[in-house]
Amino acid sequence: MTDRGTPTLTGNRGLRIEEPLIFEQGHPGKTGVDLPEPPDMPDRLGGLARTGPIGLPGLSEPEVVRHYTRLSQKNYAIDAGFYPLGSCTMKHNPRLNERMARLPGFADLHPFQPESTVQGALAVMHRLSDWLLGLTGMQAVALSPAAGAHGELCGMQAIRAALDARGAGERRIVLVPDSAHGTNPATAALCGFKVRGVPGDARGRVDLDAFREALDDGVAGVMLTNPNTCGLFENDIMDLATAVHEAGAYFYLDGANFNAIVGRVKIADLGVDAMHINLHKTFSTPHGGGGPGAGPTVLSAALAPFAPLPHVVADGAGYRLIEHVEGEMQPFGRMKGFHGQFGVFVRALSYVMSMGADGLRQASGDAVLNANYLLARLGETLTPSFAGPCMHEALFDDRFLKGSGVSTLDFAKAMIDEGFHPMTMYFPLVVHGAMLMEPTETESRDSLDAFCDAVLALADRARSGDAAFFTEAPRHTPRRRLDETRAARQPVLRWEPPEPAKAAE
Amino acid sequence: MRYLPLTDDDRRAMLARIGAASMDDLFRDVPAEALTGVRFDDLPDHATEMAVERDLAALAARNSPAGAGPCFLGAGAYRHHVPATVDHLIQRGEFLTAYTPYQPEVSQGTLQTLYEFQTQVALITGMEVANASMYDAATGVAEAAAMASRVTRRKRVLVAGGVHPHYADTTASFLRYTDIDVEVLDPDPMGIADLIGRLNEGLACLVVQNPDFFGRLSDLSALAQACHAEGVLLVVAVAEPVSLGLVTPPGAMGADIVVAEGHALGSPLNFGGPGVGLFASRKKFVRHMPGRLAGETVDEDGRRGWVLTLSTREQHIRREKATSNICTNSGLVALAWTIHMTLLGEAGFTRLARLNHMKAVELVGLLETVPGLTVVTPTFFNEVLVRLPGQDAAGIVDALAERGILAGVPLSRFWPTYPELADGLLVCATETTERDDMEALARALTEVLA
Repeated sequence: MTDRGTPTLTGNRGLRIEEPLIFEQGHPGKTGVDLPEPPDMPDRLGGLARTGPIGLPGLSEPEVVRHYTRLSQKNYAIDAGFYPLGSCTMKHNPRLNERMARLPGFADLHPFQPESTVQGALAVMHRLSDWLLGLTGMQAVALSPAAGAHGELCGMQAIRAALDARGAGERRIVLVPDSAHGTNPATAALCGFKVRGVPGDARGRVDLDAFREALDDGVAGVMLTNPNTCGLFENDIMDLATAVHEAGAYFYLDGANFNAIVGRVKIADLGVDAMHINLHKTFSTPHGGGGPGAGPTVLSAALAPFAPLPHVVADGAGYRLIEHVEGEMQPFGRMKGFHGQFGVFVRALSYVMSMGADGLRQASGDAVLNANYLLARLGETLTPSFAGPCMHEALFDDRFLKGSGVSTLDFAKAMIDEGFHPMTMYFPLVVHGAMLMEPTETESRDSLDAFCDAVLALADRARSGDAAFFTEAPRHTPRRRLDETRAARQPVLRWEPPEPAKAAE
Repeated sequence: MRYLPLTDDDRRAMLARIGAASMDDLFRDVPAEALTGVRFDDLPDHATEMAVERDLAALAARNSPAGAGPCFLGAGAYRHHVPATVDHLIQRGEFLTAYTPYQPEVSQGTLQTLYEFQTQVALITGMEVANASMYDAATGVAEAAAMASRVTRRKRVLVAGGVHPHYADTTASFLRYTDIDVEVLDPDPMGIADLIGRLNEGLACLVVQNPDFFGRLSDLSALAQACHAEGVLLVVAVAEPVSLGLVTPPGAMGADIVVAEGHALGSPLNFGGPGVGLFASRKKFVRHMPGRLAGETVDEDGRRGWVLTLSTREQHIRREKATSNICTNSGLVALAWTIHMTLLGEAGFTRLARLNHMKAVELVGLLETVPGLTVVTPTFFNEVLVRLPGQDAAGIVDALAERGILAGVPLSRFWPTYPELADGLLVCATETTERDDMEALARALTEVLA
C-alpha cells in the first residue's frame, strides 16, 4: 500500500485546486464582456423574442481566467511531458505555427470575400497542396476533409464514384485487416460497403495468401494501414497493390502512420489510389484535446476526377476557388461547409516550410530510430509482439505480466503516477493486452531513457508480486479511477439546477 | 533543426544499442524499389523561423482582412469580436497540446469543459442534451439526418430550400452512398414553400434553418406539430447561434435535433474553418447520437469527476456498426466557444444578441433609403436578403470591394445557374458594424446603382 498523503481540510492539494462548475459560481447579473447599450428601436423579430431567462451563469473576466487556468492544470499535455500514444503521433506543436495562423491577413478572412481579396489565402492552399503532392507523388489532393476519418470517407466515396462511373457499382465488398483502426470499417459502412476481414500472419503483417483468396470480383477496394497498426511495414505491399488492381479494385491507404515514411517513400510508388493525411499528426498541428484536425486526401489519376469540391487552381492571372462543377470534373459532392480547415492549413504549411524536404526526412528517420530504441531497451523485459525492426511505433503485449495480477490497464495507470502519459492500450486488437508506444521524433534521448527507466522499474515491481501498487493506481492525479459503468448506465450529460432551485422557478 | 532533439552522437549511440548498422538498416522492410530512386528535390529544404515568418507574412499581406474596412458578409460565417481572454486561455499548452481525453484521471480539465460546453449548448438551444461537438454545422446537419433515420427507421430526408446550400450539399453528399435518400428543395428566398404539404409517413426528418439562409426568422411550432403528427423528426439548423440570445430557441418550438455553427463565437473567421458543430437533441434519442459525450460520475474516493461515456455508439468500439465514423472532432474550437460563452454569461449573451439585432434594424433602415434596392426579409435577426432589380449583385459586390467595402454575399455564388437569383445579396450586421460603416455602404450603393 502506498500512502496517498494526509487529506487536506478543503480537498485542495497545494497547486491542485478543486474547481466547481461555472454553473455553481457567479451571479447571472455579472458578465466578463462589456458591450455598448443596444439602441432602443422597435424590433423586427415578428413576435419571436425569447421569454424568460436562458439559465446561463455570469462570471467576471478574472473569475473566468481562474476557472479555465485551474481546469487546464488538471490535464496532461505534450508541452508538459512524454505522450507515447501509439497511432496518434503526439509530437511537439511549434508555436510559430500558431503565430502564423493568427496573422490578421489569414485569421480575419471571411470565406465569401471576393476572390481578388483572398489571393494570399488561396496561395496557402495551393502551396500546401503542392507539398502534399510532392511528398506523396500522387495526382490530386482534396483539402477539405476535416479529420482523418473524414479523409477516409473522402477516399472511399471517391472509390464508390469511380466504380459507378465505370459501371462496376455492384462491387460492394471492402477488405479490412483485423488490425485496422475502428474508423476504417465505420467509414466503409457509411459508403454502403460490406466489410470482409483479412487475418494477419505470424509476422504481424497481412497474410498475403488469405488476402489473395479474399479478392474476388465483388471487391470494391481494400483499406490498409501502412506502416500497419503493429508498427510494421507491410513488406508485401507492392504485391498486395498489384493483386488489388488486377482484381479491378482500388487501394485505400490509411495515412495515420505517414510520419514513419514521410520524405522517404512516395506512396504513389506503392500503388496507392487514395490516402488521407492527418495534418494534426504528421504535420504538427495541435490535437487541442480532440481536434480540430484536418485530413487532406491525396488521390491517384484513377480517382482524381471524383475529388470533392471546392478546388483551388492557379491560372495565369492568379488563384481561383472552384465551388461548382466545371469542365470534365465529376466530384462526388461537398464534404463540409466553406473551404476546409484553413487555420490548420496555415499551421501545417508553416511546419513543412520550417522542416523542408531534408528536415521531414530526418524527422521520419528519428521517429523510427526512437521507436526502435524503445523496442531495444524495453524488449528485454517487456514482451514485444513481433520481431523488429519496427517503424515509428513499438508494440508489446501483456505476456510479461502473466501471473502478476496486473493488467495492461493497471500498468498504464501506474505509469500515470510516475508522470508519464500511457501508451495506447488494447489496440490493435490482434495481440493480447496490447501496449502500443509511439515516441515521435521530438523526444530527446534523455526523455526516452527516463521513460524506459520508469517502465522497466514498473515491470520489476509488477513481477515482484506487488499487484496492489498497480490496481490502486493512479493515486496522485486530480481524480483516481472513475466509475465508467455508472457513467454509461445512468448518463448525466449536463448540469441541472439543484431541486430546490427548480421548485422556486 | 530546431524541432529535432537528437544529435548525431545520440543517433550513433542509439543505433549501437539497437544493433543496427545505419538508419537505412531500420527501413529494411520497405521494398528497395520504393526507397531508391525516390526524389524530393523539387521541394525546398528547411528554413529558419525568421524566413518562414517573412514568407508567410508576405502571403498574408496579399489578402484584405475583413476588418480592414466596412464588412457586411454573413451567409453562415459571422464576424464577432472575440475577447482577448479566449485566445490566451486556449493557447495554454495543457489545453492546446492534449490529446482526446481517453485517460480521464489526467484529462479532467478537458472533460469538465466539455461537460460545461454540453450544458451551455443544451441551454441556449432549448434542448435536453448536447454532444461534445462535430466538425461544423454542415457535417452536423448530415449526421443529424443519419441519426433521424436511425431513430425513425425511415429512409428519406427532406431538406428545405431555406437551408444553407453548403449544409444541404454536405448532407446529400454524406448520405449519397447509403440507403437514405436525400431530397433538397429549390432555394426559397421568399419563404413561401409549403413544407407541411410535403410531410408524410415515409420521411425520417425535415431539415429547416432558423433564421433561414436568407435571414428570415420563422415560428416553427406549427411545422413541428405537423412533423410529429406524421412521425417525422424536425431538424433545425442555426447558422448564427448568437440569435439564440434573443430569439425563441428551436427546442421551445418543438425541434427534435438542433445543429448550430459555433465558429461565430470564440474563433476568428479563419476563411471559414475550422468550425465547430453544436449538436443537441431530445434525451430519449441520446443513444443514437453521433460523436463524443462527456458524462458525470465519481472516482474511487467518491469524488465527482467526468469521463467520455456511451462510447459503445462509437467507431473504436462498434466498428462498422457505429453511429458515425467521427473520431477527432473540434475540441479546441469548442473550448474557445465555451470560454467566450462563459465570459458573456446570461447578461452578456442576451445583450450581444440584442446589439446584433438592433445594428441590423439600423442597417435595414438605412438600406431602405437607397433607390433601386429592396429589402426582402420581413423578420430577421442580423442578416437580410436585399434585391437589386436589374443588377448583377456579384458585379456590385466587386465594384464595392474596389472601394474597400465588403458589401455582402451574392446569391449567385451558391446558385450560378438560377438567373432569377442573380440580383440577390445577403447583407449582415454584427456588434462590430459601426454607424459610419453603414452610411458608407448606403452611400456607395446609391452611387453604384445610380
